[in-house]
Amino acid sequence: MLHLLGVITVKDNADDDFEMTVVCHRPEGLDKLEAQTNFNKRELQVLYRGFKNECPSGAVNEDTFKQIYSQFFPHGDKWTDKCYASTYAHYLFNAFDTGHTGSIKFEDFVTALSILLRGSVTEKLQWTFNLYDINRDGYINKEEMMDIVRAIYDMMGKFTYPVLKTDAPKQHVDAFFQKMDKNRDGVVTLDEFILSCQEDENIMRSLQLFENVI
Amino acid sequence: MAAGVATWLPFARAAAVGWLPLAKKTMPKPPVDNSSRSDEILYVNVSGVRFQTWKNTLDRYPDTLLGSSEKEFFFNEETQEYFFDRDPEMFRHILNFYRTGKLHYPRYECIQAFDEELAFYGIVPEIIGDCCMEEYRDRKKENQERLAEDSEANEGTDAPLPPDSTSRERLWRAFENPHTSTMALVFYYVTGFFIAVSVIANVVETVPCRPPKGSVKDLPCGEKYQLAFFCMDTACVLIFTFEYLMRLFAAPSRCKFMRSVMSVIDVVAIMPYYIGLVMPENEDVSGAFVTLRVFRVFRIFKFSRHSQGLRILGYTLKSCASELGFLLFSLTMAIIIFATVMFYAEKGTKGSTFTSIPASFWYTIVTMTTLGYGDMVPNTIAGKIFGSICSLSGVLVIALPVPVIVSNFSRIYHQNQRADKMRAQQKVRLARIRMAKKGTTNAFLQYKEDRGLGDRDSDSTALCVKNRSAFEHQHHHLLHCLEKTTNHEFTDEGTYSELCMTDSVGFRTSRSTSLSSHQGAQNNSTGCCPRRARRRAAIRLANSTVSVSRGSVQELDTLHLKTTSIPAQTRSSLNAQGVNLKLNCGEQDFSAAIISIPTPPANTPDESLPPSPVPIPGILRNTRATTFTHETVKISSL
Repeated sequence: MLHLLGVITVKDNADDDFEMTVVCHRPEGLDKLEAQTNFNKRELQVLYRGFKNECPSGAVNEDTFKQIYSQFFPHGDKWTDKCYASTYAHYLFNAFDTGHTGSIKFEDFVTALSILLRGSVTEKLQWTFNLYDINRDGYINKEEMMDIVRAIYDMMGKFTYPVLKTDAPKQHVDAFFQKMDKNRDGVVTLDEFILSCQEDENIMRSLQLFENVI
Repeated sequence: MAAGVATWLPFARAAAVGWLPLAKKTMPKPPVDNSSRSDEILYVNVSGVRFQTWKNTLDRYPDTLLGSSEKEFFFNEETQEYFFDRDPEMFRHILNFYRTGKLHYPRYECIQAFDEELAFYGIVPEIIGDCCMEEYRDRKKENQERLAEDSEANEGTDAPLPPDSTSRERLWRAFENPHTSTMALVFYYVTGFFIAVSVIANVVETVPCRPPKGSVKDLPCGEKYQLAFFCMDTACVLIFTFEYLMRLFAAPSRCKFMRSVMSVIDVVAIMPYYIGLVMPENEDVSGAFVTLRVFRVFRIFKFSRHSQGLRILGYTLKSCASELGFLLFSLTMAIIIFATVMFYAEKGTKGSTFTSIPASFWYTIVTMTTLGYGDMVPNTIAGKIFGSICSLSGVLVIALPVPVIVSNFSRIYHQNQRADKMRAQQKVRLARIRMAKKGTTNAFLQYKEDRGLGDRDSDSTALCVKNRSAFEHQHHHLLHCLEKTTNHEFTDEGTYSELCMTDSVGFRTSRSTSLSSHQGAQNNSTGCCPRRARRRAAIRLANSTVSVSRGSVQELDTLHLKTTSIPAQTRSSLNAQGVNLKLNCGEQDFSAAIISIPTPPANTPDESLPPSPVPIPGILRNTRATTFTHETVKISSL
């Protein structure tokens, strides 16, 4: 009996697995999304059409995400077959995938875009903090920052001017911590981060740049 | 760029916010986007079938017609849609390319039509998706091969030679295409006959004849009737040598000719005879001489000039060279393996015929090709087992490349059949097309008549004029302008060839005869040389320099004109002959050839004044006639 059940369940699992890959994910209604984000209906429609075209199944997994993001930056090393932008894309993916499901659905996509393009300064900075805080513990420490900065420098590819020195990321991180870490405890908290950024006029100004992307 | 990139760019730009706190320098200003960002539905009307799509979809590929501003040229303000006068079925595939990013090739469509559509919409065929790429490539290659063959067949052979070709060219032509002239045909058959005679003689001279008196031994006929055979051989070789030398003389490129296969065969066929003549009657050398005689059998290959089937077989073998090579290689491998095995299997047996591995080669070959002579037979059990494996594998190895060779042969054979059929039908096709085309040129000449008529009688002009469309009016006006520009007139082949002849012979006399045949009493010999009947010489239109609508391009290309030698001096005579002309127009053939006749400077042809003395159009010099090289107008636009 149990054996039979076992057999049946095993079969069901296999079927389920198969179905999971085929079943599309449908986003919540347009009205709900409009309420949750700062986009109007038309913009949501445009966004969804593009999204659906690229991912008919309704969700982006990490590999596809990396591939898409890599298209915008110099291509990777031919020999190791590694894209330069893949590390940063990995961090981005985690930032988008707020529910840690392993795939970005349209809601996640639109929510993040809404913050980045239409959100308030605080929201944007908060999102950025989340991006930098790789382990989501509320603090950015030097190692996390090193990873992020190295990933960003990697995106530049091999051929840069002036030639990229190996300690450039370290210097960059040190400068960053100098600025952000107010109480010199070796980590940056969200409040420190927001405060420091608000003090920097350059950052404030550039935050406004990306508002009309869509 | 992939389709997706355009869609994801906004997202990538948004993600750049993540870099801002780290930035060492200030960010650059973003580009200002003035175009309306709102997405809208575009209506595309393709020959009545309305397609609708988002503007963004089309914008994905900005280097195509639909993605760029080029489509604005097709925008219809009244209906607010883009109108394309093209095939809606094909457009479906094109639009799907924008939507899905993959271009598919529909198998039921003609490859050329598809290519044309792609070219129109600015899409490079290389982006056809992998699923359809192979099919597309195959069909394209097939089509190109077919077209190349057809054009070769067209160019060949049956067009008449230009009159100014040298005797050398004519000779070459006669050799390559025996059915162009009777002499060539006769020569063709004679050589064929002699090849057969030579081959039969070679065969017969080895047959044993009755021994001559006083001898018991049977002699081969070759030795009994030595003189007779020698004479026959000499005659054949003389003919072959003569033929080879003539071909060598006539060949347009002697080096190429000498390297060609047929010429090599010719040489090999006749060399043994000459070598035999030169060689002394030496015992040692005569052995080699006997070997040389074997080469005489190559004469049989000369038949391939006479037989198309042989040529096809030759092509097949050449095109299957790789398969044959593979067959040979695999057979060699198998032979060596099995010979070795058989040798060692049969080694111990007493009186075994497998004395060495090379000796076993013979057994292996005979077994693998399933001949089985039985002169070498394995006696041990192991030998028999391996022998059976050998024969089974032989069947397989030989059977494998054969279908490839067969299919190649079948393809080439069918191609040849097609080429022959097309050649045969070509003449009929051309004739029928020419007849259909006569209408337009008829119309023009008719128009010219009518204009002449019209000068006198406006009513009839009006009638005639009404029957022509606006297009025809403009077309005729255009031709008229050309006539005025070049100071020459359109005419037809008949008159032109007359002009050629009369130029060489003497202008006046033949003309007068021709004229008198046409018209009645009126003759134009009203004076000395300046007065001549104006001839409308055939004028060749500059190829498609006239930009008219597409339909008319065809007509222009095939503008064959009739030449009618009309006595130019009086329009009245023209009128009288108006009817005749029309009839003539209907029957005569057109040749689009322009002859530029040098007009005497003082005289200008003036058609509109009928009775005024018509200046002499100038004599068609013989030289000019000869420089007029017949680029025989092919009806290319059909």
